[in-house]
Parts: sequence; structure tokens; C-alpha cells
Amino acid sequence: MIKNSAAEMSAALSSGATTSVALTQAHLDRISEVDGKVHAFLYVDTQGALEQAKKIDDARARGEKLGPLAGVPLALKDVLVQKDVPTTCGSKILEGWRPPYDSTVVANLKNAGVVILGKTNMDEFAMGSSTENSAYGPTHNPWDLTRIPGGSGGGSSAALAAFEAPLAIGTDTGGSIRQPAAVTGTVGVKPTYGGVSRYGLVAFSSSLDQAGPCARTVLDTALLHEVIAGHDPRDSTSINAPVPQVVAAAKSGDVKAMKIGVVKELNGDGYQAGVRQRFEESLELLAKAGAEIVEVSAPNFEYALAAYYLIAPSECSSNLARFDAMRYGLRVGDTDGASAESVMNMTREVGFGREVKRRILLGTYALSSGYYDAYYGSAQKVRTLITQDFNKAFEKCDVMVSPTCPTTAFKIGEKADDPLAMYLNDIATIPVNMAGIGGMSLPSGVAPEDGLPVGFQIMSPVMQDQRMYSVGAALEAALLSKWGSPLLSQAPELGGAA
Amino acid sequence: MSSLSRDDVANLARLARIEMTDEELENLTTEFGVILNAVARVQEVATTDVAATSHPLPLKNIFRSDVVIPSLTPEEALSGAPASEEQRFRVPQILGEEA
Repeated sequence: MIKNSAAEMSAALSSGATTSVALTQAHLDRISEVDGKVHAFLYVDTQGALEQAKKIDDARARGEKLGPLAGVPLALKDVLVQKDVPTTCGSKILEGWRPPYDSTVVANLKNAGVVILGKTNMDEFAMGSSTENSAYGPTHNPWDLTRIPGGSGGGSSAALAAFEAPLAIGTDTGGSIRQPAAVTGTVGVKPTYGGVSRYGLVAFSSSLDQAGPCARTVLDTALLHEVIAGHDPRDSTSINAPVPQVVAAAKSGDVKAMKIGVVKELNGDGYQAGVRQRFEESLELLAKAGAEIVEVSAPNFEYALAAYYLIAPSECSSNLARFDAMRYGLRVGDTDGASAESVMNMTREVGFGREVKRRILLGTYALSSGYYDAYYGSAQKVRTLITQDFNKAFEKCDVMVSPTCPTTAFKIGEKADDPLAMYLNDIATIPVNMAGIGGMSLPSGVAPEDGLPVGFQIMSPVMQDQRMYSVGAALEAALLSKWGSPLLSQAPELGGAA
Repeated sequence: MSSLSRDDVANLARLARIEMTDEELENLTTEFGVILNAVARVQEVATTDVAATSHPLPLKNIFRSDVVIPSLTPEEALSGAPASEEQRFRVPQILGEEA
């Protein structure tokens, strides 16, 4: 049962073949069984999940009309607040904090009857590409426990790949949904910026952060997308327009007459041979499905990484100022006569990890008087150039595509001491955040040289998210008929009953 | 190419309200040399004729009606406070004794 898709679980619930309590318990059992090895979860809300499941079963028994995901379990990234449930953002500075309110994403999930199993591990405040920056220890990739599950949302992607949950929520500032999806053989979508409310999403880089759906199939991702998306008066940057019809697009999977633009600059040198091979194969399958493949160029993408590592730290240095030891979270050194400033200094020293401190200081520098124009100001101009590249390319195609990441999952510890090498993971995902458009990663196979999953990235224009779902569904169907079974069936068993 | 001295980094840490150990300052000084060198590439294309983008959406002045909506109770608002007193956040002294 736990290896089914969310859509299949939903059908089993509707037909009475199972109950939400049984389904939830099966996932809780799976978590008990394998999470000691995977460490996808920071907190498992056994009681809350079973109560919600019972509530949905009772509502169903009364004949109430329920949404398509009612009673289906989900794993929530620990950067979204859920009332009374510990929320740490992977940081010591928030250890033990229980938020007094629900984020809009959580409120939408609860209204749809989704069962939240618990909170998933992440790089501290979503800063990282490996989940090694969590203050609570790394998450392990279910394909190979010695490797990273991606980041920052490595807990959510690993939970999906380990069959601990059929659905998960991630957040994507520079690739934190798509890169984890790519390296774990799962599906992840960063919606158009403003498509999903950021209310209650602990801010890292406000102009880039976007929550989105993660799952094992394109259709499941679409079903979750429609549950969490929509205008929210509590987030002034949320888009006041109808949610793109992503479920319909995922169901049709029609790419006939669609033009798919291959980004010339996101391929070639620096991309692993197996990654390129799977990418080329996927293009052939899409062409066979009726799409026209064209080449597009985005000359300024090569500056995206540099601009990102100025803009994101700048915004983070401002956003993380809220962790001041005064109103919530950790407080250290509050002895008689200690000043507020010294308490703040000591708390932030103890509470923040290495990467977070590195980025706060980098951002402080980039925004400082005398350097603002050279660094933050220049990065903002690059952002304009990247958006112009996208706009020009979208005149020639309906979606753009690339490999999601240059390589498959690397070993835990391999890049931990080299920030620049770590940042290079996000080279193909960052441009999407800079322009605020939509991006999806779905599995395109395993690399022959290491047997690890490879991701295929699809990018769609602002509020045209349905296009990436059409293309994703078409590619998924073509790959499934080629493989005969889902990619995750090739992943090793983690022990215990399937 | 600008590079930062250890004192520059110590000053940034002071501005960011993070007390840092000598070892952390040493490491960051080395790392910043490499990172700043890499990110300075933005200056190659950021010419004066390019406008800056601060945000992906062209939004201006999003207003809401000035009406009271349900919010946190004082107890809820203080529920995560490291210290509280008389329905207020209790904080360490803000002004020095000589002030």
C-alpha cells in the first residue's frame, strides 16, 4: 500500500478499500522501521496524524464531500510553521519552539483533509544543497545511504524515496525542491513565485523563496499543487489570479505542437556523462510524443550563480535579524547585568551554524555602504538580464528544459568544506528563482556509471505552470512504458516489509 | 579585486550581532577571499544601462482595509518567549548602567 501513488491511495480511500487511519498507521510503521537509517524526519506527530486521519474517516462515513487528497499522508518541510508542532528550520536557534499559528500552506492542507505525518529535515534555514547543514545531523539518500539526498529539502525528498510518505512539501529558493527531487528519483515543483503563499514560511530570501509540492508522480504533484496554491491576503506578494489548471495538464500529458527549448548553456562541460545521456534520451522521447525540440540560448545564465550568492545572502542577513533572542527561540547568556546586545551576540553565535553565519556576513558585506553598488546592486542588474534571457527564449518555445543538476548525488562529507563546489550544484536551478518562473524536476533514469537517479528540469513562464505538468506527464508516461515499472522500484530495499 | 582582512570580518560579525571565535574569523577571512572573487563576476555584465530587479513581480502598494482581523492572544504571542512578565516580553537591559 505505501508504495502506491497518492492518487491510488485516494481511490482506495474513496472506494472503502482502506481507511485513512490504516494508511496513516502503515506510514508511521514504515517511518519507525526505516527512519533510523534515513533520518528524513525531525519530528513525527503520531498522535496528531492519527487524529486527523480518524476525523477524515468519520467525515467520509457521514457521506461528506471530501477533496481528492483527503486522508492521504504528507511530510512537511520543517521551515513551514504548524500550530503547536515543533518547527526548527534545522537550526538550534529554534529548538523546542512550537509556533502559535498555522502557515497558509498548512491551513490549506488541513482544509483539504491531508494528514501531516511530521516535519522533515533540511539544511539550516534552507541554506544548502545536501541537508548536511542541519543542526540535527544529515539525512541519507535511500538510493545509497552514504550519499546526500539533496538540499535544502533533503528530508522531504528522502521521505518520498523511502516510502515514508507519498506526498511532501518543500521550499525552493535556488533549487531546494528540484535538486533533492533529482538526486532521489522523485518529482518536485517550484511553482511560479507568488503562486503559493509564503505566510508562515520562515523567510530565507523573500524575493526568491517559494513553497511547492513534492511526490513520486507528476499527477500527485499536481494534485498537491492545487491544494496549496492560490491568493492569500496575508502574503502581499501572492498573485491574485486563478491557479493554473495543473491537474488537468498532468492528466492529459499532451505535448503535440508544443515547442520545447533546450538551453544551450545548461549542458556540456561540467555535466556528468550519464546525466547528459539521460537528458538526450528524454528529448528523443518527447519528440516521439509529438513535441518540437528547438535550441534556445540564455547567455547571462552563467552569471546567475554569482548573482544568487549575493542576493540570497543579502536578503538572509536582513531576514535572520529577527532571531534576536528576545521574543522566541534560544536565549543564551542572560545573566544578571548582561546587556541585550551581548545576549544577542552570544545567542546568535551558539544558535546559528557555520553556513548560516557565512551567508549572514556575506550579505552584511554586500549591503554595506561603499560596496552596495558593486555587489548587491550589480547582482540585481544580472537578475534583470536573466529575466530578459528567459523572455527572449520563451518567444521561441513554450517551455525550456535542462538537466536539473550537473551530477548525481555525491557522498556525504565530500563537499562539506568547499562552499563554492557545493554552490555549483544549483547552477541549472537558480535562473528559475531569479526570474520567478515555474520549474519542475522529474526522474529521467539512472546514470549508467553509478546507478544513481538523474533529474530532468522543465521551466515554464510566469503563471503558465500547467505547461511543465503537460510536458512532465508526457515524459513520465514515455519513460514508464520504456522501463515497465517506476524508477524507484530499482532503489534498494531498506529492510523490512514493503 | 577587493579582499577582506580579519579585522573587516570581525567588524561584519559585530554589525551582524554574532560573537565569533578567533578560529571562525580566520576561516571566514580565507573563505571570503575565494567567495568574493567568484561573486564579483556580476560586475562584468552589470553595466549602467541595465535596470535593477529587486523582485520578480511588478507589485506596487498592496493595501488592505484597515479593519481588525482575528489575531494571536497575548498568551499565544508570548508562548515562545524566553522570558515574560505581566503579559510582556522580558528582555535583558537595553541601555548601559551609565545611561
